Amino acid sequence: MFYKVSRLFALSVFTALIIIPSLVVVFGSFKSDLEIYDRPVAPPIDWTIANYQRLFRDSNIETSFMNSVMVTLSSVVLTLILASFASFGIARIVHASGKFLFALFSLGLAIPAATSIIAIFELFVRFNLTNSLPGLVLINIASTLPVSIFILTAFFKQIPNELYESASIDGASAFRLYRSIALQLSRPSMSAVAIFLFVIIWNDLLYPLLLITQQDKKTLPLSMLDYRGEYSTSFSMIFTAVMVASLPMIIMYVMMQRSFVAGLTAGAVKG
Amino acid sequence: MTVPALVIYSSLYLYPALSNLRYSLTRWDGFTEPEFVGLRNFTNALTNDDLFTKVLGNNVEFSLLVVIFQTGFSLLFATMLVKNTRASVFLRTLYFFPTILSSVSVAMIWAFLYDPNFGAINVFFKFIGLDSFALNWLGSETATLRAIAFTQIWFHTGQMMVVYIAGLQQIPQELYEAAEVDGATRWQQFKAVTWPMILPTTAVVMAYTTIQSFRAFDLVYAMTQGGPNNSSNIFVTLIYLTAFNEFRFGYAAMQSIYMIAFILFLTGVQRRVLRTRY
Repeated sequence: MFYKVSRLFALSVFTALIIIPSLVVVFGSFKSDLEIYDRPVAPPIDWTIANYQRLFRDSNIETSFMNSVMVTLSSVVLTLILASFASFGIARIVHASGKFLFALFSLGLAIPAATSIIAIFELFVRFNLTNSLPGLVLINIASTLPVSIFILTAFFKQIPNELYESASIDGASAFRLYRSIALQLSRPSMSAVAIFLFVIIWNDLLYPLLLITQQDKKTLPLSMLDYRGEYSTSFSMIFTAVMVASLPMIIMYVMMQRSFVAGLTAGAVKG
Repeated sequence: MTVPALVIYSSLYLYPALSNLRYSLTRWDGFTEPEFVGLRNFTNALTNDDLFTKVLGNNVEFSLLVVIFQTGFSLLFATMLVKNTRASVFLRTLYFFPTILSSVSVAMIWAFLYDPNFGAINVFFKFIGLDSFALNWLGSETATLRAIAFTQIWFHTGQMMVVYIAGLQQIPQELYEAAEVDGATRWQQFKAVTWPMILPTTAVVMAYTTIQSFRAFDLVYAMTQGGPNNSSNIFVTLIYLTAFNEFRFGYAAMQSIYMIAFILFLTGVQRRVLRTRY
């Protein structure tokens, strides 16, 4: 009895802690500024899309949105290709150098990427890669390779050698083995890694902040920091930006809850 | 096939990490030639830098709060939602939800909720008559670090809960049945079965949460930029601010080295403690 009551209480509190802030944002984006301070939690009296109209008219959010889409998609696809190549190589090497390569990439998991920002900045300035979306893609790939390779190698190692051997006897090349066996079998792991990468790259602030200053090159999280300053007195505008920036993730989460949860926890625990 | 990944990783991950060692021995503003100063940065930080000591203390407090409460809450909710009922599955999905948001969005949501005048939190405290709890959450030197820690816990508890649920579902059901036959209460079952069986998962969760708390750059930067008066400044934000607001690149590189050493030390200690107990 005591357990049941405390369970219900604990679950209700946490549920409220998630739902109320979410409603504040959703409702807030459809409210006038006056109303959001007056009745922050209640639904809007007059639903209005004026905030959205104003945001798209006055700000560069469309550009930032497109930058985020381009950077995220390219980073995820390229990381997946490079990481699955490397993992396949590592998993197929039997002698000690496979272990060494794996250890080398795993080293990256122990060093938080944020500690290297000074050298990264210096390097990017020297090669003229600041304020460049391809530059941002490059650093995203480098920083997410360790975790991706870690997860994919673990999976590729589980594929029985006999599969490869019988294909080799039939004359399949290494690339053919990679494409027709490893990739085919690893679809669930690949999609888990893809989702994990998608979320962290879409949401990342550190690298854009470090490398991008030009307005038309900014990604969403970086532009949102500007809106925070610009609309400091207008939380309904800020929440409208939060809605626009989060919507792609929310739609994907609602559609693919299971893969999202699996991908984000796999990436988290192994990273 | 490993070569392309290896090239990018070595040049943009390992090389910058190693460069830190070199830069940390210099005095350098990022523009002119670095000047070699030996270990002076390292000794200065420990003997003659109040800010560094303060940030070290902040980071310890922040990480302790986050690790203890996030691990505790995620285990608590995991045990409550471990059964695959419809309601449990729904609540799991809901609790996991903040994980997919960006730190910047989360920072803005909580900046509104924490607002001293119209924020939902103070409105709530005043409503139930606890006016003394209505603080200036992101504006006072005593409350800010804790307010951000709470946001971080809110942000990631659901994610760690899912990790715990996966671990809990591995525990053989017979153990609980046997305990029940012996008349064990719920709490006794937790102590005798769940806790020892889940210890390996706890080790993973705590190690990850520790590292995650050190990496909380996005959240702290978007909420307060380390303020007011550096009261919410932690290592990652300090490194960024030292380098890009004060242009002391060599000194910031030194701070990075200390941060890595500190993380390795902490995760090493955790691993040892949890292994010997287990």
